[in-house]
Amino acid sequence: MTQYFELVCPSRPENVGLCRVAVATFAANIGFTLSEIEEIKVAVSEAVSNVVVHAYPATEGLIELGCREIEAGIAITVRDEGVGIQDVALARQASFSTDPERMGLGFVFMESFSDDFHVESAPGKGTRIEMRKRREAPAEGA
Amino acid sequence: MLEEAGKPVQIAIKRQGRTATARLAGEFDLTAAPLVREQLDGLIDAGMQRIVIDLRGVRFLDSSGLGVLLGRYRRLSERGGSIYLVTAAEGSVRTVLEMSGVRQVMPLLASESEVPRA
Repeated sequence: MTQYFELVCPSRPENVGLCRVAVATFAANIGFTLSEIEEIKVAVSEAVSNVVVHAYPATEGLIELGCREIEAGIAITVRDEGVGIQDVALARQASFSTDPERMGLGFVFMESFSDDFHVESAPGKGTRIEMRKRREAPAEGA
Repeated sequence: MLEEAGKPVQIAIKRQGRTATARLAGEFDLTAAPLVREQLDGLIDAGMQRIVIDLRGVRFLDSSGLGVLLGRYRRLSERGGSIYLVTAAEGSVRTVLEMSGVRQVMPLLASESEVPRA
């Protein structure tokens, strides 16, 4: 059976770290390098922070985190049933943010630190983000 | 790795004249952002003109932490002040800082001794 885990938790700021460390531990167990894991942590932190800050701005909802090993590496999904994104293309632009205390770099980091990145969202129906990252090929003779 | 989850950020502040140094340690993310924002805003409100933020003890930084840094830069620059960031030469914190472009407005220094004299 393929290795995987799922984690569902309330959209509280303290759970950003929980999700980040859970994925980092999973990635370490399936052979990612430390530098790859650092990138994965940033991508997961951005995705989960977006759920806490933007998906449920006035109430508490659920963060649904999924992680599974794929042939080339890891696939991570972050899903919510919050307010959704009005304009995904606009939200993916660098420096776009509805919050003046944020830099609008969340999607930039998610895209930069993953090899494949996909967003599905609809206003009022929530958002699903999938990020895939390939493992570095092991060095010859390793 | 699991023992690091939820470890609160730590911040130590030293003041000398109108210069303050804030040394941060831990994970600078959405959870840590309110505390760091409050502490740095306190320095700005107290009239500090130069704030050195030492990030060498920070193990993790994302856009929530960056937003706090940039927001403080905006507040202090409106009052004619400056922020300097001290960071390790490599690692994920450095990578995030470089990618964000913050060095265009806040110098990235290797140590506090590189901060220009007032």
